[in-house]
Amino acid sequence: MPLTGLEIYKHLPKTNCKDCGFPTCLAFAMKMAAGQIALEKCPHVSPEGRAALESASRPPIQLVEIGSGENQIKIGNETQLFRHEEKFHRPTAVAIRLDDTLDDATFAQRAGDIGQLVFERVGTRVRVNMVAVDNQSQDAGRLAWAVQTAAERSGLPCMVISAKAAHLDRAAEVLSGQRPLLYVSDPSEALNAAAVAKARQCPLAIRADGLEALAELTPKIQAAGVEQIVLAPGTRGLKATLDALTRIRRLALKGFRRLGYPALAFAVDGSPYLQMIQACTYVAKYAAIVILDTLDRALILPVLATRQDIYTDPQKPVAVEPKLYEVGEPGPNSPVLVTTNFSLTYYSVEGEVEASRVPAYILSVDTEGTSVLTAWASDKFNPETIAKALHNFRVEERVKHRRLVIPGLVAVLSAGIEDESGWTVQVGPKEASGIPNFLKTQWQNPLT
Amino acid sequence: MAVPDAKEKWSGRVNEMTIGATPDQGGTRGRTVTVGGASGIPFLDFDGQMPHPPAIAVDVFDRPPIHWPPPLAEAYRDVWEDPVAWAQRAKDLGADLINLRLISTHPDEQDRSPEQAVETVRAVLQAVDLPLIIWGCGVAEKDQRVMPRVAEAAQGENCLLGAATETDYRTLCAAAQAYGHKLITLAPCDINKQKQVNILASDMGFPLTDIVNYPTTASLGYGMEYIYSILERIRLAALSGDKLVAQPVLVDPGYEAWRAKEAKAGSEMAAQWGELAVRGPAWEAATACNLLQGGADILVLCHPVAIAAVREAIRLLVST
Repeated sequence: MPLTGLEIYKHLPKTNCKDCGFPTCLAFAMKMAAGQIALEKCPHVSPEGRAALESASRPPIQLVEIGSGENQIKIGNETQLFRHEEKFHRPTAVAIRLDDTLDDATFAQRAGDIGQLVFERVGTRVRVNMVAVDNQSQDAGRLAWAVQTAAERSGLPCMVISAKAAHLDRAAEVLSGQRPLLYVSDPSEALNAAAVAKARQCPLAIRADGLEALAELTPKIQAAGVEQIVLAPGTRGLKATLDALTRIRRLALKGFRRLGYPALAFAVDGSPYLQMIQACTYVAKYAAIVILDTLDRALILPVLATRQDIYTDPQKPVAVEPKLYEVGEPGPNSPVLVTTNFSLTYYSVEGEVEASRVPAYILSVDTEGTSVLTAWASDKFNPETIAKALHNFRVEERVKHRRLVIPGLVAVLSAGIEDESGWTVQVGPKEASGIPNFLKTQWQNPLT
Repeated sequence: MAVPDAKEKWSGRVNEMTIGATPDQGGTRGRTVTVGGASGIPFLDFDGQMPHPPAIAVDVFDRPPIHWPPPLAEAYRDVWEDPVAWAQRAKDLGADLINLRLISTHPDEQDRSPEQAVETVRAVLQAVDLPLIIWGCGVAEKDQRVMPRVAEAAQGENCLLGAATETDYRTLCAAAQAYGHKLITLAPCDINKQKQVNILASDMGFPLTDIVNYPTTASLGYGMEYIYSILERIRLAALSGDKLVAQPVLVDPGYEAWRAKEAKAGSEMAAQWGELAVRGPAWEAATACNLLQGGADILVLCHPVAIAAVREAIRLLVST
């Protein structure tokens, strides 16, 4: 929670000495609250004042970095409870758990498969981010082998789950330089694990039963020299976990420092569908890491899509690439429908064209991600931009006819488009839902 | 270490509303369904009460949806010729409400008459004793002829009728009021328009407490986050005492999720996206459960597997 000018002012010398270049300490405090000047510019702030301001100006939720290189994960630093206020910043890391008691071949195979859990959808690549190796064997040597295999086979950062600090140490030694997330599942080993995390320069996840126990523990971990902490509230099941994740986020944003860390959640109970539902719920509701057991692509894809949706910036219109899209297998006599590149508009049109079973081209014009009426009103969807798109995407080479279907809401553009492009305009329905009937009964290819 | 209370101070709550009427209430339903009443963010006992779990309405069409993707078609093909058999199936699958769509009255479909629609509604009411949600075909001119007749035929059953919009609300509003039904008001993803439609209905004398908000729905992966945020904003407004959007909210993840490519693409995508038999129901269940977190009170669902999974999730979320 950023400090207000008045809160900052309380910790300043209040001498109005002007050495900072501002007429009063209050003016300086206001500038600082706006993020336009740093505390260093005040030469006279007391050590106590500095300490208070530095700790208070820390982000409410600690940033935690896991792994290294191109697949590094950054979580934390969130600032909101509701995404319409401002986007959620750091997408939930999705991890798949592997038990180190699996036989060698199965373990290695699955680790490799987890690395391949990469999906293409709506033109974007999304993936699973992490392997969570669980030390069920309770054997340090086995764990060391398992984490090495997991890291090599998957190419992903590792989370290491063990009740024993010494085992985490072995694993961290094997993964030296790779910044695994060490997860100590036994609260009584947490301080030993903190010593390991400090020595090995790894982030540490701590588990405790309930938020009270966690809040008790975090200052001790921090005192042991570990800043990058992840909270595991030790809850089982959907309701208790949702409750804990929400309370952690709310309290952190209210400035309760002891819980000012990203939180993780396990989605491993119940039927496969229920695990998927839990994971989606935790993604929507504040988990920085979710851990699943399933490798079923059909169940992981909805979790990754939920993450894409929830972490979309609500301030920024979502656009598809402006180009000529094909639905079905259109040919030289297929209809051409023009629309904007606002993703919701585009996908509504695409869905209805698909539902019509009439193969067609959809020309998506660059309207900077705005919808038909908005783009029309702001002059981004006009005869010039439409004619330009027809030309740039070489629509003339794809169809023999020269008839363009335009959205019914902009029927007024018909004459302008015909003048500008030389194409004939046929006015389509006002709503995308009218497209199937339109294509089946009203669309006419002038050449047939 | 004592942890501070995370509860927010809310001044309002979501309206409580009952759909359906039992014989002693003047109807013929075996039971009624009450939704709404929440006084906090969904499912958080520390934040407020949630006296009624979200309800599941199961889709029933009055003509076969022959273009449904295979997993859905397989689940209903044996009953989809007959809305009565279909409604019975919906009840067997654990529906709280039947979501009856009078699509066949659409001028571009079979263009069935108001009399035929009335017949369908009567038959479903007689065969299945769950409360009913009844939708017209979405073409205003036709719905204006069909829905008053349907409302009259279902008098006393306290159905939920859809949907009144900013431009077409008078007829449905009057019909719902005349024959004692509840009303769905539709405003696509816009909280201010939602208020506007509710004001228009209210200006006709329709009680704000007999309305269900319908902000439309978008599938997971295709704009779901817009609806998710609208749901959150409606809930926050209701909790801060805004009576104009304090109604329970209905969403339609069943129909929308199955329009997504991820719920339709078959074996050609299986290597990348997994088997459709799992992926389709998962897409529907994920869309529905995400919207539950936003603050949905009534979910319209389709696939038996999704219905069961969402039912289980709701059971876990409201358990104490």
